[in-house]
Formats: sequence, C-alpha cells, structure tokens
Amino acid sequence: MALTSQHDDTAERSSLLRRVFFDAKIRAIFLQVLTVAGVVGFLGWLINNTMTNMAARSLSAGFDFLDVSAGFGIGFTLIPYQEGDTYLRVFTVGIMNTLLVAVVAIVLATILGLLVGLARLSTNWIIAGVARAYVELLRNTPLLLQIIAWYFGVFNLLPRPRDSVVLAEVFVLNNRGFYMPSPVAEPGFGIVLTAFVLSIIGAITLYKWEAARRDRTGKSFPAIPAGFAMIVFLPILVYAAAGSPLSWDVPALQGFNFVGGVSVPPSFCALIVALAAYTSCFIAEIVRAGIQSVSKGQIEAAGALNLPANWTLRRVVLPQALRVIIPPLISQYLNVTKNSSLAIAIGFPDLVSVWMNTSLNQSGRAIPIVAMTMAFYCIVSLSVSLVMNRYNRRAQLKER
Amino acid sequence: MLNCQVGLPTPGFYSLAEDGTWSGADVDLCRAVSAAIFGDPDMVEYQSVTSAVRFTALSNGESDMLSRTTTWTAVRDTQLGLDFTTVNFYDGQGFLVPADSGITSALDLDGATICVLTGTTTELNLADYFRANGMTFTPVTNENVNVLVETYLGGGCDAYTNDKSGLAARRSAFPDPSAHVLLPETVSKEPLGPVVRQGDDAWANLVRWTVFGIINAEELGVTSANVMEMTASADPNIARLLGTEGNIGEGLGVSPDFMVNVISAVGNYGEIYERHIGENTPIGIPRAGTLNALWNNGGIIYAPPFR
Ligand SMILES: N[C@@H](CCC(=O)N[C@@H](CS)C(=O)NCC(=O)O)C(=O)O
Repeated sequence: MALTSQHDDTAERSSLLRRVFFDAKIRAIFLQVLTVAGVVGFLGWLINNTMTNMAARSLSAGFDFLDVSAGFGIGFTLIPYQEGDTYLRVFTVGIMNTLLVAVVAIVLATILGLLVGLARLSTNWIIAGVARAYVELLRNTPLLLQIIAWYFGVFNLLPRPRDSVVLAEVFVLNNRGFYMPSPVAEPGFGIVLTAFVLSIIGAITLYKWEAARRDRTGKSFPAIPAGFAMIVFLPILVYAAAGSPLSWDVPALQGFNFVGGVSVPPSFCALIVALAAYTSCFIAEIVRAGIQSVSKGQIEAAGALNLPANWTLRRVVLPQALRVIIPPLISQYLNVTKNSSLAIAIGFPDLVSVWMNTSLNQSGRAIPIVAMTMAFYCIVSLSVSLVMNRYNRRAQLKER
Repeated sequence: MLNCQVGLPTPGFYSLAEDGTWSGADVDLCRAVSAAIFGDPDMVEYQSVTSAVRFTALSNGESDMLSRTTTWTAVRDTQLGLDFTTVNFYDGQGFLVPADSGITSALDLDGATICVLTGTTTELNLADYFRANGMTFTPVTNENVNVLVETYLGGGCDAYTNDKSGLAARRSAFPDPSAHVLLPETVSKEPLGPVVRQGDDAWANLVRWTVFGIINAEELGVTSANVMEMTASADPNIARLLGTEGNIGEGLGVSPDFMVNVISAVGNYGEIYERHIGENTPIGIPRAGTLNALWNNGGIIYAPPFR
C-alpha cells in the first residue's frame, strides 16, 4: 500500500517535471519567465552599478537639475528662450530645432529625390547623365564632409550684413543668415483662415463625391484641379473682400545686422541643404527602382485599354510603384532625423548640440541627459515608422 | 605613463608641433608632474579633446589630470566629480574684434553676433554680461575652437570671446594678428588651474604641490640653470624644496629630490611663463604688474611654504 502510494507520488512528480521539459507550451512559459527575470535582474544590476559608481565619483544622476537656470545663450530658437531659462526649456528648444530640421529636410529631399529619380529614367541622355552624376557624387561622399563643405564653402563666404544679397527687396542673404519677411495678422485675418479651412474640406468632399459618382455612372470629372482651384482662389477672394488684413514685417539693416522678419542662421542653411541633397540621392534611387519594378506589360495593357497617359501613371504605375517605394522611404526619413544630429559639427543648436553637449557639460548630469536624448530619438523614430507603416499597409496589394 | 589632458592645439598653452610633440605652459605642467613621479618629464601621454568633453574624459578615467586653461568654479568643483588643485594663472574674459570694425568697448556690442566655445565658462559669462547690461546678442557656438575661429575670420560673427589669454593665444596664429584688437573690458574672473578626479586625495596633493614647488622655486631664485648648484645651498627653504633636508617627497609618495627633477626639466614658474606666453613670445602677455606676478612683486601668485 505504502509502496504503491510512494510510487504514485514519484510518478506524479516526474510527470510534472516531464511536462515542464516536454510540453512545448509550459516549457515556453517557463523559459519566458526565466528570460524576463534575467532581463529585469540585469537591468537592476546595471542601474544599481551605475548609481554606486556615480556616487563614488560624487556625480549626481537625478532629474532635479531640470528646473535650474541654464545660463547660456542659444543662437536659434523656435520658441521664446532667454539666458535665464531652465534646462528643461533648453531641452524643448533643442527638440523643436531638431524637428524643424528634420521636417524641412524631409520635404526638400522628397521633392528633389522625386525629380532626380524621374530624371534618371529620362530617355534624354543628358538629363539622365546629369542625374546619375548627381546621385553618384553626393551618395559616395560622407555626409559630415558635405555639411562642413556647405558651411565653410558657401554660407560662411556670403557677404557681410552691410553688403547683403537682397532679393525682391525683402529676402536678405548674408553670412549671418537668411532673412525673410514675416506675416503679421491684422484683425479680420481669422475669416481668411476660416475660408482656407472650409475650402480644404470642400475640396475633399468634392473628390469623394466625384469618385463615388464615377464608380456609379462611369462619368468622370476633373475633381483634383477643381479642388486645388477652390483651395487657392476662395481664400484669396475672401482676403481681398476683407480688405487685405495682413501686413509684413520686413527685415531691415539696423546696427550690426538685419532685424525684423524671420531668419535662419547659416548653420541651418548649410545643414538643410546638405541633408536634403544627400538624402535626395537615396530617394531618387528608391523612386527609380519603384517605377522600374512595374512590369512593362502593365503599361502596355493600360495602353491597349486606351487609358490616357496621366491615368496610366496615377492608376496603374504609381499604386504598384508605391508598394516598392514606401518601405525604404520610411527608413530614409528616419535617417534624416538621426543624421540631423551632425548639426553639432557646424554649431546649429539642435538637440544633440544644446542638450547632449552644452547642457551635459555645464550641468554634468550625463545619465539623465543621455537618457532623455535617447528617449526622444526613440519616440520620434517609432512614431514615424508607425505612421508610415500604417500608410504602407494601405498601399500594399490587397490579395484576395 | 601619465595621461595628461590638454585642449585642441592652442599657441602658448598647448601647441602641437609638426613632428607631434607638445609644448606650452600647460604642457610644461604635465611634464613637471611626470618628472616628479618618474624622474623623467617625457613619460606623458597627451590627450587632446574639445572643451565640451574634457570633464567626461577625466571622470571616466581616460585622463589622469587636466592641464588646459580650465576655470575653477563652484559647480565644477562640487557637482562634476572634479577636484581643482590650485590656480596657476589668473585670467578674465574679454572680446576680440576686427580692428576696422570701429568697436572700442564691449558695451558697443548690443545686437552683435558673437562666436563662443560651448561647454565653457565663457558662454555663461557672455550671457550674464549681456543680461546685466540690458543688451542682446546672437551666439554662434561650436565645441571645436578651430571651426569657431574660421567662422570669426570669415566674418560670421562680429566678435570672438574667450579668456583674454586664449584670445591672445588665438590671435598670435591669425594670418594678420594686428588686424584684430582686444576690447578693454574684462567681464569675468577666470582662475585657471590643473584638475584631477575627485576621490584620490594623494594624487591631488602631488599635482598641487608640484605647482607650489614651481612657484616657490621662482620665489627662492631656483632656476633650471642653477638647480644643481642650489642643492648645496645653505638656505633651509631651498634645502627643503630640493629635498636635501626634510621629507616632503615622502609625504607625496615620490623621491625626496623630486623638485630637482621638476625644475631641471621645466624650470620655475617665471621661466615657464616667459618661455611660452611672456612678452617676448608671439602670445605676448605681460606679467609685471598683473595678478600673475609673484606676491612679493605686486601680483597674487603665492604658494604655501615647503615645510
Ligand atoms: N576657462 C574657460 C575657457 C577655456 C577655453 O576656452 N580655453 C581656450 C584657450 S585659453 C581654448 O581655446 N580652448 C580650446 C580647447 O580647449 O579645445 C573654461 O574653463 O571654461
């Protein structure tokens, strides 16, 4: 009796053990718990180790410095910043500047890349050759070198403020930056803005209505040009009717330099031009590959159906090319954002420059500062890829 | 080997010859410490990094000491894990402008664009000075002094600001030094000196007393030329400095005659000064009548006694 029960017991225990080892599901859970414990333990050890070592070197790791006044000037800010503002403010200034560079460079690089990509496919050999030379030259030299070359070779060599290049009497270019007039809204400008927003909504509605009608009746109607015309002309009409409620703050030479309007420093110009030109090469190649990936048969079939050329492009080539273009384009956009940190070489106050460099050195809070910088780049990269992936899913071929 | 950190090559303080050898007033302190430890001034590995990363490179152990025109401030001394040993040069911040700009005072600089090194006390003082005087400015910043100087020379900023010694040093290497003038104002206190990592008191002592030894040597008239004869001196102050009497080297963990090695290698404070940055050098910073003269000569260079 006792013997059998003991036997049962061991049998049960060994079967439990056996299940842990041989039941794939339980084994997986067991291993996962082990892994999580390992990772958490390792992180804990890392943090503890860091804290101990920092304490031993009397360095502080806390975030309490964020509301301390930073005390240094920043050459270019999108939001108001004064020398007495806090480190947190410096962080925000850096983020805004980095985002500005990324957005402007991405827009320019995309336009440029599209043009160059199409030029590379041109049947005119001069255009194709020039486009090819452009791509090969810029793609095969280091970006840092290009940034420095644009800065010292172009923007730092521009004339001094007194001898500025003035375009159309209001745009000013000199070795301190690029100056533009800035719009100042007068009372009544709200109506113009409202008209603008309404016309955008109207254009979208028109487009949807046109698509639905085309599906129903087969009759088409130029909804896109009509929509654009609406967005452009309606606000202009309202603007004129409201008595032009907008004035311009035009930059004027005063003392050392131009004041008034909006301006960007030479380091910004050099950075944007270099980033946009460099990235446009990769985008051009992506565009070219995308268009070439659409088989000739598709275009010939469209021709056989007697589709107009712009329909062939819009409804046959592009939808298929975009599938190939979007994923690598996403990674180019992420690259621009990360490459913008090379700003530090020419002193543009982006996040890495004002935060990871200046603030870190002045406050000595290496760990929190590096952590915050990494978190920022991580969040930006993840959200860009999230948005683009969602778009990509829509652009993908729907297989049925 | 002693890992001694200097800045990007700067005439007079830490300049780099074509053959890769370093020289200058701050370099001589590295050599002095090396001579004190090893009896040989050349056991030094020089590390040249920008101002912005100097403290990181020291606190993570890459460098053993900083000898590079670094200002002693409260935050640096108490919050960055650093230990300032002593002051070996009293400086202050100034402005350099093109001579043809017509600017004669720092107070004329309202609205100006100003080139400034990041990660320095210079950029903080600059902001303070303009704030205190109700003036505005646009900083053009960089961590690399060469980029900044190129920008200034290309007209990318109206003035270049730094410690006055740094301005004199930089200007000496300009294509035409006489085309640039130093404005009269001194807008800050910049006590410069060697720095070590916090937490190694014996090491801090050695660096500190090497500087004191060099200063005392000048006061006592001990030079690189006469140091050997001086070892026979009957003056007990000299005897203690050179280790023929007392046991000061022992307390510092080096040989009793360590100062003999130091002074034969680099000379005393005055010799170092005149050799690298004095009036007869291209840097040309006068010493007489300034804070950097010896205390018994109208200045405040004063070292505690070797006893
Ligand atoms: N004393 C200030 C400024 C130091 C500084 O800017 N030094 C000048 C020379 S006196 C320089 O040009 N340094 C260049 C470098 O260290 O790379 C500080 O400690 O922050």
